[in-house]
Amino acid sequence: MKNKFVKWLSLPYAFWSIAFIIIPLIMVFYFGLTDKSGKFTFANILSISLPVHFKALLIALLLSLISTIICLLLSYPLAMILSNLNSKNNKLMILIFVLPMWMNFLLRTLAWQTLLENEGVINTILRAVQLPALKIINTPYAIVFGMIYNFLPFMVLPIYNVLCKIDKNLLNAARDLGANEVQTFLKVTLPLSVPGIISGITMVFVPALTTFVISDLLGGSKILLIGNVIEQEFTLNSNWHLGSGLSIVLMLFIVISMIITAIFDKDGEGSAL
Amino acid sequence: MSNKLITLENISKSYDNHLVLDEMNLYIRENEFVTLLGPSGCGKTTTLRIIGGFENPDTGRVIFDGKDITKLPAYKRQLNTVFQKYALFTHMNIAENIAFGLKIKNKSKSYIDDKIKYALKLVNLEGYENRMPDSLSGGQQQRIAIARAIVNEPKVLLLDEPLGALDLKLRQDMQYELIRLKNELGITFIYVTHDQEEALTMSDTIVVMNQGYIQQIGTPEMIYNEPENAFVADFIGDSNIIDSIMIKDELVEILGTKFACVDTGFGENVHVDVVIRPEDIELVAPEEGTISGVVTSLIFKGVHYEMDVMANGFEWLVHSTKMFPVGEKVGIKVDPFNIQIMNKPASEDEEAAQIEE
Repeated sequence: MKNKFVKWLSLPYAFWSIAFIIIPLIMVFYFGLTDKSGKFTFANILSISLPVHFKALLIALLLSLISTIICLLLSYPLAMILSNLNSKNNKLMILIFVLPMWMNFLLRTLAWQTLLENEGVINTILRAVQLPALKIINTPYAIVFGMIYNFLPFMVLPIYNVLCKIDKNLLNAARDLGANEVQTFLKVTLPLSVPGIISGITMVFVPALTTFVISDLLGGSKILLIGNVIEQEFTLNSNWHLGSGLSIVLMLFIVISMIITAIFDKDGEGSAL
Repeated sequence: MSNKLITLENISKSYDNHLVLDEMNLYIRENEFVTLLGPSGCGKTTTLRIIGGFENPDTGRVIFDGKDITKLPAYKRQLNTVFQKYALFTHMNIAENIAFGLKIKNKSKSYIDDKIKYALKLVNLEGYENRMPDSLSGGQQQRIAIARAIVNEPKVLLLDEPLGALDLKLRQDMQYELIRLKNELGITFIYVTHDQEEALTMSDTIVVMNQGYIQQIGTPEMIYNEPENAFVADFIGDSNIIDSIMIKDELVEILGTKFACVDTGFGENVHVDVVIRPEDIELVAPEEGTISGVVTSLIFKGVHYEMDVMANGFEWLVHSTKMFPVGEKVGIKVDPFNIQIMNKPASEDEEAAQIEE
């Protein structure tokens, strides 16, 4: 009796997965593997080798990689500082940190557009104090900047979580056995925080790789990422077949990232957001 | 047991205005098994952490082998610690865990391999080199933690309630194991515990602590048989602690009845605390006892019976192999030698320490 009831409770979820995950996936694969007449083809997927598509993929990979590395370099020290604060202060710090995440992603990026524009807020201030204006909007720098700004918390939190979980006695034990601060960090803290780092990398790299909003708003239409190409195939060109084919290629990268995460992140630190 | 290896001078430490250690003085000799014993919050772990270098004292000095090491960071001290929850490195196998300290000291590979073998043999875990810490039981993990510490050949091994997480049987086995280890290694052990049985079994010297003060330092026999104050008597084993009056040398008035005792030098008509261990009370026929009372409870404990006897308005705790049923009138007799007289707490600090307890 009880089991049956529990089964019924899972029905909405099952419906949800089928309607919004499984069916769209099947459709992506269907469109990606057929041409306009409905015949089976690999042409859509192989079109990634076209210079315009391949270049978009490379730029996306490059920019998201740079963003991920910078995020990691910024996040690790920050997460260490946060995890060493006493509990009263660190709740507040985390809150301050997570607060922007509660605002709409689009709004935040639009705000940065206004700030970074050639005649925007930042340049107005710079001119007012007789400093040279920045030409950053519509450059790859602006895109990287937007990615870092938007995805930084997704790097900080998993690393912060693993660092908090490290037993302070392990650090004391390392010191006790003769390791100085640097050795303790390299031999104990860093290896034990690898799951968090991997989670963080995945959670920054995947959305950065697939984004088209950030590159649209901060990169103008000058720099096309693979996300923008796919978006344009679906909207401007109405070529769902090509869009789906390229999506499948992109999906491959996502799946690889997720497999790497799953191998390293057995305790699910990354999902503790 | 010869010269002083570690000396603590006037060590004080407080956290958030709460005084944990107050002007503590203590020395520890070479090759001694010293136990810091006391209830939680008595300052015993803080003392150990100050010796280990994980805490800095607010005042005072730590002298190690004639040198002031108060400011020396933990990683430069010639002592090693066995932590309460083992603190094994979960990302390393057993051999890597044991080799940790030696690799940092850049020892040769053959030296390290020999040491790992030797240490695993010493803790009876030969062949565990490639296991991961998670796959070991609590007792085994604790042995590895000890092995990891002793391969560094410390002069002193600090043990912070190392058996606290183990079950009773294992804990008893490990006690003998630790005594054996200490004798084989010939180094000083400083052991922290709240378990009085552990302390009595293993120690050469017990330091009883409470509320940041040392209450008594002595051999297990001294601590048990001649507690210096009511706190020590109460904390170590069961005891009857009775507010009494010392009439004169070798005569004490307990609950209105005069008892012969062997203590002298307390003065005349002085208020004192009397400690009588429950196993030192002899239950006899009512007319044969110094005082008489009624048995109010009876519990079988295996080795002996535990009885409460209500006599002269005090509930006497008695351990005896003879059984007296509840409600029976009995006489209480105590050998003068077994009546332990203690001064009332002298200072207000001491008093406060005991009352809060």
